[in-house]
Amino acid sequence: MDNDVAIIGIGLHPFGRTDALSGQQQGAHAVREALKDAGIEWSGVGVAYGGSQDAGNADALGNLLGLTGIPFVNVANGCATGGSALASVIASIQAGVAEIGVAVGFDKHPRGAFNPRPRDWGLEDWYGETGMMLTTQFFALKTRRYMHEHDITEDALVCVAQRAFRNGALTPHAWRRRELGYDEIAQSMPVNLPLRKYMFCNPAEGGAALVLCSAKHARKYTDRPVIVKAAVMRTRHHGSFEVFNPGLAAAQAPAPTVTASRAAFEQAGVGPKDIDVIQLQDTDSGSELIHIAENGFCEHGEQEHLLRSGETAIDGRLPINTDGGCLANGEPVGASGLRQVIEICTQLRGEAGARQVPGKPRLGYTHVYGAPGVSAVTILQAG
Amino acid sequence: MKWNPLPRLACPDVVRLDGDVPVLIGSRCRHCGEIYFPASKGCTRCCATEMESHPIGSEGTLWSWTIQGFQPKAPYNGGESEQDFEPYGVGYVEMPGGVKVESRLTIADPERLVIGMPLTLTLLPYRKVAGEEPVFTYAFAPVEPDADVAPTA
Repeated sequence: MDNDVAIIGIGLHPFGRTDALSGQQQGAHAVREALKDAGIEWSGVGVAYGGSQDAGNADALGNLLGLTGIPFVNVANGCATGGSALASVIASIQAGVAEIGVAVGFDKHPRGAFNPRPRDWGLEDWYGETGMMLTTQFFALKTRRYMHEHDITEDALVCVAQRAFRNGALTPHAWRRRELGYDEIAQSMPVNLPLRKYMFCNPAEGGAALVLCSAKHARKYTDRPVIVKAAVMRTRHHGSFEVFNPGLAAAQAPAPTVTASRAAFEQAGVGPKDIDVIQLQDTDSGSELIHIAENGFCEHGEQEHLLRSGETAIDGRLPINTDGGCLANGEPVGASGLRQVIEICTQLRGEAGARQVPGKPRLGYTHVYGAPGVSAVTILQAG
Repeated sequence: MKWNPLPRLACPDVVRLDGDVPVLIGSRCRHCGEIYFPASKGCTRCCATEMESHPIGSEGTLWSWTIQGFQPKAPYNGGESEQDFEPYGVGYVEMPGGVKVESRLTIADPERLVIGMPLTLTLLPYRKVAGEEPVFTYAFAPVEPDADVAPTA
């Protein structure tokens, strides 16, 4: 399409713990890597969007990259920060604001679970004080209910984690590179049952950046452009079961993931069966399990069979989280959504090495989900 | 158990006494009738803003559950030391009108928690600090607790 936008550069600061660098420094590193990949200078960038949750403003990266006077917009959309930045850069390029844009996400979280302030989320203090405002609890409660409704056993939760760490071990930049055995996962410490230690990702640090331009100019910069066929962000609906909800409505509504996914498939003019490689939000095993169906890749309840039979492995029919996802990479909230896009670009370019999906994948899919019920989906095509 | 008068509560606005029995209080949209817990200042279903106080009840069934296995950071203020922390149950309880209430549970034993089990509202002293009046929150308990099994939280 004439108005398509392409990714011409990808850059990552590996996720994990980098004590010597601030979150902003890791973000700037990712931008420099992406610029190098695209073969352009920071001075050639006309617009930038980015953000972090705990590591400050994205436009402060200008102090590290150069103060070129461009519109640099701070995005603060929780787990959808990267997805929102990407959608905004695309819209800017399509609107003619600039020829080249950058989307960047970075973060640096303290160790341990997130501890949000209830009032920031429109909630009363007691919800946090009495020990109910924890993301890990929500994931466990949603997973438990889902397993009950769709007759799924804890075996499926172990399978998700096992595959994540197996893929992580194949990924040079992953944080967790040790394969874990079935029993090691199944018997790890209960965190929020049915979810255990090795079924949860950890808050982490890192940076991820993309350089984009109009698809019609992409070949000036690279012979391996990736076309963004859809980039959609959606928020929750009345009645959907989301993070930080002291009460749920009587009638349930679909999650924002479902509406974001449907809109993205419609925008791209393709369906779930056309997708060759997939990134799904795997804050925890249960979330990925649910997201396989919410994104349309199987019917509710089919996941256990898919996971057991290896269909979601790198050489399976639905390769999911080929770099180990959040489970093996950790979750720097601002950067996590763009890490997914970078992994899909790497796969579509055929540069994923030991974890490369066979058969020259042409179409990829990314999905991020987070508090308080936001979801962002992209569909990417090898150019 | 009789709860009259009410003890010191972290959430005084969401619990009311009906005689000696605590009842959860939410709100109802005057326009479309949608019911909320806790009380909401606007209706996220129909976007109306005229809401009225509405009792949610004191009996329900377990809709989903987990056990909080680690001590939460602040703003949690249970006040115990890390060594004294005991895992506690948390669940969603489906109330007669269909609303699900997120709540502390009085038990934390995976063998005793079953989706669909009947539960009744009680009050739980979640913050017990020496030299301070304990602080309570609402919680749900099994309707007929096993006589031979002591609650673990």
